[in-house]
Order: sequence, then C-alpha cells, then structure tokens
Amino acid sequence: MAKLIIEAGRTERNYWRDLWRYRELFVFLAWRDLLIRYKQTTVGVAWAVLRPFLTMLVLTLMMRVSKLPGDGISPLPLFVYTAMLPWQFFSTALSESGTSLITNSNLISKVYFPRLVVPASSVITSFVDFAIAAVFTVFLMAWYGFMPPLTHLAALPIFVLLTFGASFGAGLWIAALMVKYRDFRFVVPFMVQFGLYAAPVFIMTSSISEKFSEKWQLLYSLNPVVGIIDGFRWSILGGHNLLYWPGQIASVAGVAVLVSSGLWYFRKTERSFADVI
Amino acid sequence: MSEPIITVEKLSKRYLLGHQAAKGEGLRHALENAFRAPQQWLRARQQARAARREEFWALKDVSFEVKPGEVMGIIGRNGAGKSTLLKILSRITEPTSGRITIDGRVASLLEVGTGFHQELTGRENIFLNGAILGMSKAEITRKFDEIVAFSEVEKFLDTPVKRYSSGMYVRLAFAVAAHLEPEILIVDEVLAVGDAAFQKKCLGKMQDVSAQGRTVLFVSHNMASVQLLCSTGLLLNQGQVQIVGSIPKVLESYLSQGVEYDGHWTRPEPVPKTAGIYFEEVRILNEAGDVAGHLGCTSSFTVEMRVQATSAFDRAQLAIRLTNQEGVVILSTCSTDSHRQFVHIDAGTHVFRVTFPGEFLVAGTYTLQLAAHQPGQQLFDLIDDTIAICVEETGSVATITKDQRLGVVNPILAWVPQSTAPARK
Repeated sequence: MAKLIIEAGRTERNYWRDLWRYRELFVFLAWRDLLIRYKQTTVGVAWAVLRPFLTMLVLTLMMRVSKLPGDGISPLPLFVYTAMLPWQFFSTALSESGTSLITNSNLISKVYFPRLVVPASSVITSFVDFAIAAVFTVFLMAWYGFMPPLTHLAALPIFVLLTFGASFGAGLWIAALMVKYRDFRFVVPFMVQFGLYAAPVFIMTSSISEKFSEKWQLLYSLNPVVGIIDGFRWSILGGHNLLYWPGQIASVAGVAVLVSSGLWYFRKTERSFADVI
Repeated sequence: MSEPIITVEKLSKRYLLGHQAAKGEGLRHALENAFRAPQQWLRARQQARAARREEFWALKDVSFEVKPGEVMGIIGRNGAGKSTLLKILSRITEPTSGRITIDGRVASLLEVGTGFHQELTGRENIFLNGAILGMSKAEITRKFDEIVAFSEVEKFLDTPVKRYSSGMYVRLAFAVAAHLEPEILIVDEVLAVGDAAFQKKCLGKMQDVSAQGRTVLFVSHNMASVQLLCSTGLLLNQGQVQIVGSIPKVLESYLSQGVEYDGHWTRPEPVPKTAGIYFEEVRILNEAGDVAGHLGCTSSFTVEMRVQATSAFDRAQLAIRLTNQEGVVILSTCSTDSHRQFVHIDAGTHVFRVTFPGEFLVAGTYTLQLAAHQPGQQLFDLIDDTIAICVEETGSVATITKDQRLGVVNPILAWVPQSTAPARK
C-alpha cells in the first residue's frame, strides 16, 4: 500500500480514491437513516405518502375555492400531486442534507472519512421517500381513471435525475455553510416554506407568458425547480403541459452550476469542519 | 525493522483563540462586511486581522518516529496537545505546517462507540460502527460472532442500544473496535470506561494487538496501563516534545512535571465573608514533626489543617480524600469519624490533625482533596488536587521480601500462628 502523507492542503490528492474506498460507509449511513427514520412511529413509512397527500388535499381545496384552473384537462389533485412529488423530494433532501453534518458532528470530530458521504447519503434517504410517494401516484391515477402518456413517461428519469442534482447541490451548500453559520438552521425551514409558493405548484408555468410576457416566464424559470416541475407534469400528465425549452435549458444549467459550485465550496471548507463544528 | 512506520516532521497546529475570532464568524458579521462602506470594511478587516494574531499553537514543531511493532504511549498534562496530535494523525483535522508520513493502514479509536445510534439494535450498531471505523462489510460479517462473544451481550443483540445499561453499551462498542485489524492503531483514553473486570479484558486485548507486531499509539492518563502496555513513550508539554524514549524514563519525567511536593498550602485569598467553614492553612508533617512533601513509606505522617468557622455549625464535617496517581481514591476520612456522629463546630479558628500510619501507603504520588461541608446540605470549601505528597520507597516489606504483591495499600497485618490442628477435610 502506498505511503500516506499528511500535510497542510494535501488531502486533495487522495480524495476521490478515498471516496471510493468509503463507498460502503455511504451505504451504511443511508441504511441507518432509513432504519431510524420511521422508528417508533405508528404508521411508519406511510408518512412518506401521507405528507405529500395531505398537502395535496389542502392545496386542491384552496385551488377549488380560489377557482384556479390547473392545466384544465387533468384532475386537479393529480395536477397538484405531480408537482408535490419533486418539490417534496427537493425540500426534504435539502433540509436533511443541510443539517446532516451538524447531526453527525460526533462522527466528524472523531473519525476520518470523506465528509461528502454524509450529505450524499441524506439525499438518498429522501429519495426513498420520494420513490414510495411516487408509487402512490399510480393509485391516484387509477382512482381518477387517468391514463398517463407512455411515451412521455419514458423521459421521467431525466427529471428525477435533475431533482437529484438540484437537491444535492443545494444540500452541499447549506451543509457546508451550516457548519460555520448556524443561522442556516433558521433559514432553511423558511426557504422550504416560501419555496412551495415560489414553485409552480398551483399554476402552469405557461400561464405566466399568457398573463404577462415570455420574458417573465424565462426569469421565473431561472429557479431550477420550475423546470423540474414542468418536466414532471409533462411526463406524467401529458403534452398539454407544454415543455418550455428555454426554461428547461435554464433549469439544467442551474442544476449544473448548483452541483459544481456546491462541490467546490464543500471541498474548500471541508478540511476545517472538525475544527469549527 | 529499522524503517519507521510513522515519521512526524516539524508538525504544528495553530488554533485561533475563540472569543475574538468567533465574533467575526457569524453570518451577520459576514453580511455586514459585505455591505458596509469600503472604508469601514477595511477597518473591520484590520481589526479582524489583529484579532487573528491571538493565536494558540496546540502543537509546535513536533518531530518523532515510530518503528513498526512499537507501542508508544503519548502522555502529558491536560492541554499538552495529545488529542490534537491524535486528531491530525487520524486525519480528522489538518496540520498548519509540517508533515507526517504513514506507511500502513491506520485505524483510530478516539472514542468508544463513535456513531452508535440509540435507536438501532446491537446487531445493527455493530455493522454501522464497524463501517465507520473503516471495516468492510465482509470483514464485519466474518468477525461478527467473535465481536458478540467478546462483548457478552448476546441476549440483547436485537434490543435497541438505548435500552442497554451503560456497561453493556461500552462493552459492545469496545468489542467492535477491538476487532479492527489495522497495521497502526491509534487509541485515546478508551480504557477509562467500563468496570474493572472489563477494563482488564480490554487491556488484555490491547496487549494481544501489540503482541501480533502491530504498531500502537496510546494516549492515556492512566499511568499504570501506559506502563503495562507501552515500550516507548512521548511526553508532550505545551505542544512541544519534552522527551521521547523508554517508558520508565518518560514516566519519571512526567511525574516530576509541574507538581511541587512542599507539603504546605496556604489560602491564596482572604477567607470569604459568606457563612461557612474555610481552610486557611494545610501542612503535611513527617514523623519528626517537620513540614515535608516527600515522605517515607514506612513512617507515619500527619495532615494538619487550620480552619476558620465564621459562625457555629451543627452537623459540620471536615473530610480528606486521598487519590493515587492512577486516579483511584485510596481512602476518605472525616473529622466526625471518631465520634461516630456529627459534631458541633464553634465559631473561630480550629486546628485539626490527622495522622496516617506508616507501612500503609504504597510508594507513589498522591493528591489530597480537602472539604468542609454539612453532609447532604452544603459544601463550604473544597481544596481539590492542589496538595500532593510523594511517598517514597524506604524499605517496605514488599521490597524486603521481593514478592510481587498487588494492591493499592500495603498494611502490615498480624499473622498469628495457631496451635497445630489437623487440616479440615
């Protein structure tokens, strides 16, 4: 085995190899978070469905009362639920991975491993919740007798991947920042709460250019979550939820920037985590 | 054998002192700086830089080598830099300057049960903890039975560890750690937990590890276990290496560090005004009646205390506790002992003397804690670990008979021969 050299600023070189060596720890941490997530709860994993489902009920009711049309074709609950799916994934992943370093501070200060493992495994845990909630969509569709467009459905994994990227990138930023600035413990819940209204859960993105102008829609699409929700609706509900291509490109670019800048900042601050936390 | 397995060259670690630096760490400060007028911003920067000058070198130019198979004890007083050194060696934190070369797989054990999760069962925690300490899943599965047997918690394997007693918890945690098989093992103070029987078992396991030719770095405050386990020692003092060498030499240097055995203590500040009983002066007197901190183990010595009671107290008590260098409390003795009940103490100054017999304490250093209190009600005064005595070997029976006797005290008891009677079956 090669000699290990410890020097200031040296950790860089073995980083990716180490990350590979610690892949089992990554699996174990995700497994642990899954095991403890619903321990000592009565309904257990049903929470993964209940949370988006109940939110969906309330939002649908709100839309009925305020006479918001949805996309005009698919049933309103489905219209809301397809947006809740990626939003719920993004927001839980963001808050879980954001606090992950703090909740695992005993590990950070006592053992060495590539710190990237911690927020990454939190995202995985949230993904399992997402997968369960996604299965529930099938029941909703059966209930409303709604047949999804199969050709569009094939594109869904791309948008899932995009959600993954967005939550991982944002999670890295928050996690690294929170080690130093605990302020983010208060910022994140606010972001999540506010984000629900900033995301196109109630409306079709295309209605923005109809009401205002396309410029505004493009501006709106700079929020990567907008493109993701549009994509989910397009693949699950069908083509009447138009894909707005400039928005999609902005979304992909946004996610790419989030992930790469998140990785950069995380790596930059990582080596002082144990001293600061 | 001659090639060192760990080489540490001019290692230094700087920390910025908390109170000043922390001010500049808040988000508010960062935001303020960003939005402030440039001139003000510059001034803040200058201030921040000045604050940063208040730095603290936890380690300074530390260099040493460890040979394969060596078991090195790292010792030093609190704040000497031991933990920082281990943290850098186990790659938890980066050095500020200097360089370490390690030629082998390292496992470090800075805490027992790192990553144990309260909600998970014993079985689940074994896997999780193993992975955190760097074992592969295959490795854990292979050693699983061995780990369980060592921990003695078979029956509770599927119980969440939050329902474990603290002893069981520690046993399970150490069992996992003990089955690591690295070339280099870094251990910090983990033996300070668990009951005596389990500690002994852990020490045995550690000895096995070193007997297998692995390299061990061991930090402990327990000089008895350092002496038992280690072949060489490294003594740190305020972030610098004071001495590296064979363990007896290093221990000797450690024990003479900082403590003065002058057998005399006077209260540094005036007696407080609040009602209570306070120590004014404490003297250790040898058999001849002279003040002395170095005492012979065969002769008696006396602890003399002058106390002041601000008013009369019922149910008050003075107490002395004697602790040896391993941190074991040898005995406690109280002013009320000979009365077998609480006594009244009048207002004013009193002098008490307690005589400890000769042929009783084993050679070594001891610290005295003195307390004035009303048992179960109020503690008036506590003098903790500032008075030390050094009991020297002056020909106790143990040295005369050269038997390897064990025990923390060495009293001479009367062995009375009885008239020969037939042995009972």
